[in-house]
Amino acid sequence: MNWFYIKGILILCGINLTAVLGLSLLTGFTGLFSFGHAGFMAVGGYAAVWAGLRMGLPFPVALLAGGLVAGIVSLPIGRLTLNLKGDYFCIATLGFGEAIRLVLDNVQTFGGARGWAGIPVTTTLFNVTLAAALGTFVMVRLVHSRHGRNMIAIREEELAARTVGINALKYKMMSLFISAVYAGVAGGLQAYYLGFLQPKMFSMTRSTELTIMVIFGGIGSISGTVLGSILLTALPELLRAFALWRLVVYGASVIFIMISRPEGLMGGKEISIAWFRRLLRPVGVGGAGGSGGAGGAGAGGRGVRQ
Amino acid sequence: MAQLIQQLINGVSIGSVYALMAVGYSLVYSIMNFSNFAHGGVIMVGSYLGFYLLKAAKLPFPTALAGAALGAALLAVIVERIAYRPLRTRSAPFLYFIISAMGASMFIENFVVATIGPTFKTYPAVFSRMPFEIGPLYVGRIDVLIFVTAAVCLIGLVYFIDRTKLGKAVQATSFNQRAASLMGVNTGLVVTLVFAIGGLLAGVAGVLFGMKYTVYPQMGGITIKSFIAAVFGGLGSLPGAVIGSLLLGVIETMVSGYFSSNYRDLISFTLLIAVLVFRPIGLMGKVTEEKA
Repeated sequence: MNWFYIKGILILCGINLTAVLGLSLLTGFTGLFSFGHAGFMAVGGYAAVWAGLRMGLPFPVALLAGGLVAGIVSLPIGRLTLNLKGDYFCIATLGFGEAIRLVLDNVQTFGGARGWAGIPVTTTLFNVTLAAALGTFVMVRLVHSRHGRNMIAIREEELAARTVGINALKYKMMSLFISAVYAGVAGGLQAYYLGFLQPKMFSMTRSTELTIMVIFGGIGSISGTVLGSILLTALPELLRAFALWRLVVYGASVIFIMISRPEGLMGGKEISIAWFRRLLRPVGVGGAGGSGGAGGAGAGGRGVRQ
Repeated sequence: MAQLIQQLINGVSIGSVYALMAVGYSLVYSIMNFSNFAHGGVIMVGSYLGFYLLKAAKLPFPTALAGAALGAALLAVIVERIAYRPLRTRSAPFLYFIISAMGASMFIENFVVATIGPTFKTYPAVFSRMPFEIGPLYVGRIDVLIFVTAAVCLIGLVYFIDRTKLGKAVQATSFNQRAASLMGVNTGLVVTLVFAIGGLLAGVAGVLFGMKYTVYPQMGGITIKSFIAAVFGGLGSLPGAVIGSLLLGVIETMVSGYFSSNYRDLISFTLLIAVLVFRPIGLMGKVTEEKA
């Protein structure tokens, strides 16, 4: 267990976290299940490498360009599929994800199925961490905004949300677009970390992996998503000693989670500063006093203003 | 012209294997309303069972086929018991079923990799590889076997669903599970039965597919084709699954034959997307409206 190996795992955690954050918005907060996000990662990865190597754009700009291209690709896909009912949408995203991979297999400018080698390794632990942290921050703000609440309303009951005047299609499109941008940036980070791109990396298995991370962390929880993607990226590495049995254990634990704790690790709850405060504060008198004091201060403030 | 008919024959042969897979898949969908991604694993295990029953146990072909089918059915029922039954009793949303199915598929596939190994295996030659010659056409003996076996299985299934009391129970459960159970249908039993039938057909499909090509742990991935076929024909509809499978088989061999096999899978997925966008209920699917 040298530092180089641990650093590698941490970088992978950051890449996965970036992709899973986006998917968490789509799945956890808007209630749409995608089995094709590896396709968006592929688009983002290839576009970022194209922008960096062929157009000579600097690394951060290339990453953003990759994300943006993935987002733009998601728009027509969303327009075509977002009106489909739950499981059909799932199947459609699966189809699109695989179609993107198969198209890339046949485009010779990008190296086709043999892949695109010789990408300079630019992704470091520092910039992955920066990207993931920035992504988490933006996502937390988004989820707590009016737009985020509208998405949650659609997840809870689409018909009711539409009745109160939420443009469901628009918000679903927005959610898909943002999640595709996240996936695209993650794809770019991955390409610049491995120094190599191959359509095979973005198979349906990869999409499933991302969805499993969202579910494992807990639907509708950003902190769950963060925990889930870090744990599930690191866990198979810790099990590496078992080599062959690693994925058997992984599969079994996925079933186990589904039948025993389907709400996931966090179950829709968030870890926040307030949560830590509640955890540290002694139960009973102290807690009541604290909130009472805060209430008093609030009332006092209002009094002054009047 | 001869080439066209030749491709048609090849297409129907592979289409019949897809049909066996797609029917099991569609049957489960019609009752449970979710895509059973573990179906591929069941097919693969059926194929391995057939391989070992023929090669190691040296059983005659029909016995080995039956053995593999029964083994696969048993596995399908076990998967249902462990991975889906707890979700069903809790009436969890369909996504949990899909994730659980993904976990089961991952488990089965990697279990085989860990125990048997990742290498390809070739079935022993049960039949002569010499094709029948009909005029300018060549029809492989294995293709005839595939077609006949698939036809017998599918006719048997139609008879079971349409003519027997248990078949009626399956139909009722697929129409409205709650009402069926109120009318005294043991829906738990029907679910087990449906998985057993799907497993039987999967086992047969696995053996036939393994004989035509090879056996390997990832062969379950082929179910994605039967899945496309099922959507193409209309998810949950059995005749739709059969017609969709045959059409998909023919389209695939035509694309490989006249254009390039590189585009075969791309065309299949494009077809899937086109069907979903323009006619999500498929060729013969039933229209379902979301109730407010």
